[in-house]
Amino acid sequence: MRRMSWFNTVSLTLGFAFLYVPMLILVIYSFNESKLVTVWAGFSTKWYGELIQNEAFLNAAWVTIKVAVISSTIATVLGTMAAYVLVRGGRFMGRTLFSGMIYAPLVMPEVITGLSLLLLFIGLGLDRGVMTIVLAHTTFSMCYVSVVVSSRLVTFDRSLEEAALDLGCSPSEAFRLVTLPIIAPAVISGWLLAFTLSLDDLVIASFTSGPAATTLPIKIYSAVRLGVSPEINALSTIMIAIVTVGVITASLVNKRQMVRQKRDEQAAERS
Amino acid sequence: MTIPVFEPWNDPEAKPLIQFQNVTKRFGEFTAIDDLTIGIYEKEFFALLGPSGCGKTTMMRMLAGFETPTKGSIYLAGQDMAPVPPNKRATNMMFQSYALFPHLSIWENIAFGLKREGMPKNEINDRVEEMLRLTRLDKFARRKPHQISGGQRQRVALARSLAKHPKLLLLDEPLGALDKKLRQDTQFELMDIQEKTGTTFVIVTHDQEEAMTVASRVAVMDHGKIIQVATPDRIYETPNSVYVADFIGEVNIIDGLATPNGEDSYAIAWKDGQAPLNVKSPNKFSDGQKCHLAIRPEKVTINAEKPTGVDNVVEGKILDIAYLGNISTYHVELPSGVVIKAQAANTRRISRRAFTWEDTVWLSWTATAGVLLAD
Repeated sequence: MRRMSWFNTVSLTLGFAFLYVPMLILVIYSFNESKLVTVWAGFSTKWYGELIQNEAFLNAAWVTIKVAVISSTIATVLGTMAAYVLVRGGRFMGRTLFSGMIYAPLVMPEVITGLSLLLLFIGLGLDRGVMTIVLAHTTFSMCYVSVVVSSRLVTFDRSLEEAALDLGCSPSEAFRLVTLPIIAPAVISGWLLAFTLSLDDLVIASFTSGPAATTLPIKIYSAVRLGVSPEINALSTIMIAIVTVGVITASLVNKRQMVRQKRDEQAAERS
Repeated sequence: MTIPVFEPWNDPEAKPLIQFQNVTKRFGEFTAIDDLTIGIYEKEFFALLGPSGCGKTTMMRMLAGFETPTKGSIYLAGQDMAPVPPNKRATNMMFQSYALFPHLSIWENIAFGLKREGMPKNEINDRVEEMLRLTRLDKFARRKPHQISGGQRQRVALARSLAKHPKLLLLDEPLGALDKKLRQDTQFELMDIQEKTGTTFVIVTHDQEEAMTVASRVAVMDHGKIIQVATPDRIYETPNSVYVADFIGEVNIIDGLATPNGEDSYAIAWKDGQAPLNVKSPNKFSDGQKCHLAIRPEKVTINAEKPTGVDNVVEGKILDIAYLGNISTYHVELPSGVVIKAQAANTRRISRRAFTWEDTVWLSWTATAGVLLAD
């Protein structure tokens, strides 16, 4: 292995310190014996135990997961459909306008999206709860899905669909049997993106949630306003762990698949 | 035993399998196909040949159903195809990119169309096995498309498009992605399979050698029109226009003015100070009509001494020699500045070649060697 120059070592260390020191401190203090966040009083896992007893947190966690699963699923279906029409629908009136409009919510300040949704729900007389959060999250995460899926569709070899039609598929069968399986990785990563966005959204959820249903980010935020408790640290550590495991698994699976594909192709050319 | 000649296009009783009737196709302002009428017969191996943008691919896509004619109609076995969507047509297509489904195995790729048909499972098995044997892919049935080589992928694409017993198989530049050696082998394989299955093949290609090798008839296209349809030998030997003569193979085009001097015989005045050329031509020309003599380099003989008793002879100097191994092409410049190409087989080793650069030589050809074409 080549030795790194001192400049590279320093910049790498600085960069990573910037990214990970805050999280590291949080993780360390989640194992703190003391109730005082800033004073180290020995190792303990008691805050994890207390967390499991805390029903308010558990409820919020359950609501968050429920909202994330439902909203990202709906967003994936709608976003994929929109992407398909915008990429494949041919040239219809206002196509450019529509493609622009589907990306607009990406740059819209969240406060405005949240406020407008709140006004809509009040106007419709909807009680704020799980359903309104689901609707709100679907609305903003759908554009992310559509961006991911349409970038895959642009590079999709159109003759694959034509081949399916040529071999006797109706257009909907061609989509189901050929297009969808091939773009599935993009659809899945779109779903994962929507899922993560929904998990950590605070602003829009705070506009659209009601007393009946609170998501975890709102719960943490309001708890922290009364003072940071070690319990919150424990909860955050668990979330970090889940995300880390997820990301590492996904990249390992991806890498193995690429390695295998490359090996297969080389073997095929040799034979 | 006499082998019956296959030429249904000369039989007035024969009904074409495919009939294009005054078909025009426009994309906005651009006319891809211009008022085209042509019949293609059953069991033909029909090649559409032309430069890119000549409309050959559009013709094929209209047959497959991916494009509809702007004007005119296309009949397949007597039935108007305009309202029939691609999935209801008895045609199958082999795509230029092969378009193999990457998520399915070779076996599933070939079975794909049969499953859509609702064919019973055991019949699908038999048919797929048969296609695998025909294309010599038995060993690869369980592999995915990315696990086989380019040549094998090309055979999978062929097997998949033949599996449904199409009345008509469309091949879009099927051998474009293969290297030259593999392409030549595959051309013979294609002809063999076409003969075995008795399917009508329509192939689109820009490679004239490929069209000449595989096809029973070749249509040379330009700007949305068919310029000439004929068997490969007639296209080469008797092109109907300067465009076709120039597009297929190498050719010398000599411009001149015709003067009739006997039965089907003309004297061509071409350059000042040169004796007129003697040409026999079944095409009729009036006195003083502008004409072009198209003559293939291999029909021009190159001589070190002035030959006697020949119809045409000209003197010139060797400007360039293109050595191709088996043959050499000599570029000979005449005193008038015209350059004529002559081809000779390299029957002797190169060190003993009779001619070299700057040599004075005589070119000769017979009165019937060339084709006299109108403007």
